[in-house]
Amino acid sequence: MNAMRLKLGEALAGRIRAHGVQTYPHECCGALLGRDGDGAAETPRVVSDLVPLANRRDDSPRNRFELTPDDVRLAEKAARERGVDLLGWYHSHPDAPARPSEYDRDHAWPWYSYIIVSVQKGEPRDMTSWRLQDDRAAYDPETIEIAG
Amino acid sequence: MGVKVIIPTPLRAYAGKQESVEVQGATVGEALTALTAKFGDLKKHLYTEDGRLRSFVNVYVNDEDIRFLQKDKTGVNEGDTISIIPSIAGGA
Repeated sequence: MNAMRLKLGEALAGRIRAHGVQTYPHECCGALLGRDGDGAAETPRVVSDLVPLANRRDDSPRNRFELTPDDVRLAEKAARERGVDLLGWYHSHPDAPARPSEYDRDHAWPWYSYIIVSVQKGEPRDMTSWRLQDDRAAYDPETIEIAG
Repeated sequence: MGVKVIIPTPLRAYAGKQESVEVQGATVGEALTALTAKFGDLKKHLYTEDGRLRSFVNVYVNDEDIRFLQKDKTGVNEGDTISIIPSIAGGA
């Protein structure tokens, strides 16, 4: 299959890292807005904006994040108002690698892009993106192309 | 009665790539049954095998979560909007 690609401006990448640093040692989370390609390798998804959201998991915010349905509705509304799509979600892994966990997989949806930024001792490290396979068996990596 | 069902982006592939679908029904249950009759592939993403709405699928009528109304028996009127809202969670 073709490698999936996600274009992300440097300023937006910086905002995701900064959000992860700001909420450290808790997980940050937010929505990715933009335009979907047609699935072909030459037309990547393009993220054009973010909607930072609050992590609603008060009981275990260091290794879990959760959004309310109203948060999701707010992100969908923001996308509609801008004439773009809700492409997916970002969250941080404080002091953990930028790889999806089993817990991530259990709670993910196909199609969405899931960006994970690792924040180690308060410093942003790797940023990766993933898409859940349709049968939910595993994630496929999505190449992030950071553009100026 | 005609109601609009808004389809979230991950499920549009199973709904003819449409953002919203117009269906007939007097309750949320009837409207969603009409939706899944039209787009059979949607059913397994919305319902468990024993026919209950999946726990990570939220359904709203206009601005109200049907869990706090009459669930799938919640009545809908001409011009109402039903939204299917995915639950989002994860973590390291």
